[in-house]
Amino acid sequence: MTESQSPLLSLDQLSKTYIGRRSLVERLMRVPPTNVQAVNQVSFDIRRGETLGLIGESGCGKSTLGRSILRLHEPSSGKVVYDGQDITGLNPQDMKTMRRRMQIIFQDPYASLNPRRSVVELVGLPLKLHGLAKNDAEVREKVAYIIERVGLKANQMDRYPHQFSGGQRQRIGIARALVSHPEFIVCDEPVSALDVSIQAQIIQLLQELKQEMGLTYLFISHDISVIGYLSDRVAVMYLGDLVELGPVESVLNNPRHPYTQSLMSAAPDVDQPGKRDRVQLTGDLPSPMNPPSGCKFHTRCPVAIDRCKTEVPVIESVGEGHQARCHRLGEQISVLNLSA
Amino acid sequence: MSVIDSDGLLEVRGLRTVFDTRAGRVCAVDGVDVSVRRGECLGVVGESGSGKSVTFASVMGLIKAPGHIDAGDICFDGQNLRQLSVKQMRAIRGRDIAMTMQDALTALNPALTVGEQLAEMMIAHDQSLPRNKRERRRLVEQKSVDILQLVGIPSAKSRLQQYPHEFSGGMRQRIMIAISLASHPRLLIADEPTTALDVTIQAQVLELISDLRAKLGMSVVLITHDLGVVSEHCDRVMVMYAGQVVEEGPTESVIRNPQHPYTRGLLGSIPRISKRGEPIQPIDGQVPDLIDLPAQCRFYSRCQQRSDACLKYIQMTTLSQDRKVRCVLAEETAHD
Repeated sequence: MTESQSPLLSLDQLSKTYIGRRSLVERLMRVPPTNVQAVNQVSFDIRRGETLGLIGESGCGKSTLGRSILRLHEPSSGKVVYDGQDITGLNPQDMKTMRRRMQIIFQDPYASLNPRRSVVELVGLPLKLHGLAKNDAEVREKVAYIIERVGLKANQMDRYPHQFSGGQRQRIGIARALVSHPEFIVCDEPVSALDVSIQAQIIQLLQELKQEMGLTYLFISHDISVIGYLSDRVAVMYLGDLVELGPVESVLNNPRHPYTQSLMSAAPDVDQPGKRDRVQLTGDLPSPMNPPSGCKFHTRCPVAIDRCKTEVPVIESVGEGHQARCHRLGEQISVLNLSA
Repeated sequence: MSVIDSDGLLEVRGLRTVFDTRAGRVCAVDGVDVSVRRGECLGVVGESGSGKSVTFASVMGLIKAPGHIDAGDICFDGQNLRQLSVKQMRAIRGRDIAMTMQDALTALNPALTVGEQLAEMMIAHDQSLPRNKRERRRLVEQKSVDILQLVGIPSAKSRLQQYPHEFSGGMRQRIMIAISLASHPRLLIADEPTTALDVTIQAQVLELISDLRAKLGMSVVLITHDLGVVSEHCDRVMVMYAGQVVEEGPTESVIRNPQHPYTRGLLGSIPRISKRGEPIQPIDGQVPDLIDLPAQCRFYSRCQQRSDACLKYIQMTTLSQDRKVRCVLAEETAHD
């Protein structure tokens, strides 16, 4: 951590557990509910002006984490400290004020925009909610400015979402997140649903806006090349646990957790096909309802030992700002040269 | 028609598939040539709306109204599929040419067990099965267990009794592959087999397809939008844009030395870890509307190198034996 500058956001042991539903009979029989520990005691800081990339496979809890930070899903325990203030205990009124400063861009531009609202209504809503515009004329003026900034035309603002393509809809979603001039944006897989050429347009736009408006991003994605391209630091999640965290160069050039190593080797690379010793993870992600004991990765880990089955590893420092959660860190083990 | 390549398993010439909609005629595939050789893996790359899926749905005879095949020949192993009756086509589809769909959950029947769906496929296509029902059932079950083991599904025997929703996404994709392999096809068309899957599972499924290709000696067409997947798994690649093939050639040559501005744009659009800090180079604009397209280069509106010479129908230019590109710039250099 650098100098005195306090982080914009810090998570302290943030957890989110979903309580399973029980039928009347099960409740009468006192069957315990099946709980899903979607996010398990995650702690990290996000500094002002940085992009923290959050990567993991589907079901690892990365989106739940993003939403818990904004309290779109209420965290079960732990703290979210935003700009020095613990927001987990805020009352709804204060939270609403806070939300002007923290926004989210969703993955699916088809599902996240109300089809019955025009662009000016969709994008103008945050302005009205937060009292940032005095009248309709001012709303239209501000909406026109922001939608032009994200690459749409001001005369398109009375259209409805179905009249736009996927990439354009994502631009509307970005405009809606930015219209209230927030500082912090959770980007929840904003480019995953888009074609390659459109994806590049949106990534470029997000980078420009970050520069211009001094934004801080939590960028959630399952695509390691997108994360590697635009993050300053990377966090890797597996089944609700943070397994590795560090500056992008050291995590991607020298991944220490076997899961991060496998993720990197599984991602196909245009430039260097078949360049590495490919490590194949066997099996699927275990069910989060019934996660494996000990280290949750031991069922798929190529270098698991007996200790991994029983003992939960703790996250430890492995370098400058670089942490990982594995029992075998000290052995400098890599799954990538197992075959050698 | 040109002389047919003796290595060619599938030869498509001048395929045109159109959809008549209320807004006008959409030419989803316009003059596409495809050749798939025996034992090779052909990658087909393009964005949504490029016509890559429609091309191969046409090959399979799966185009339904309001769409129809307007022109072209589809030759499979020397036989023109367009001249076959519905019944003859049904015998080939699934037995000789199999296709796996992108979304395994919607492609599998939710009301039948995996075992029933595998058995259906075998009984429909395998003439050598015994007539006796009890014997046949035993044999089909044995074959089903074998094929599920082949695609890497553990405890295959008990899983035959399960329904598709009881499997994870990667497992369902394997089941789709198992069903399409049940009749030992000579050509497997895999339509975005891994788009819905996580990277670690994607690597498993692609590795499986490559292994099976080597083991069973079949040809594979891999339809994808991911150039990374193509570069790791395909021998040759065909790049499609707005219903046409714009570039074609051996994978390495196309990726190392792309000739069409669209291919170059696609490669430039991929975020790369090695290019952190450098600006990414997206292709501006969007895919054109496919209704009533004028006779001009289809990439014209988005191309950085466009000129008035592009405002006519652009022919495919052959650069070398295997290498083709549809661009005016290549036409000029080829003539010089």
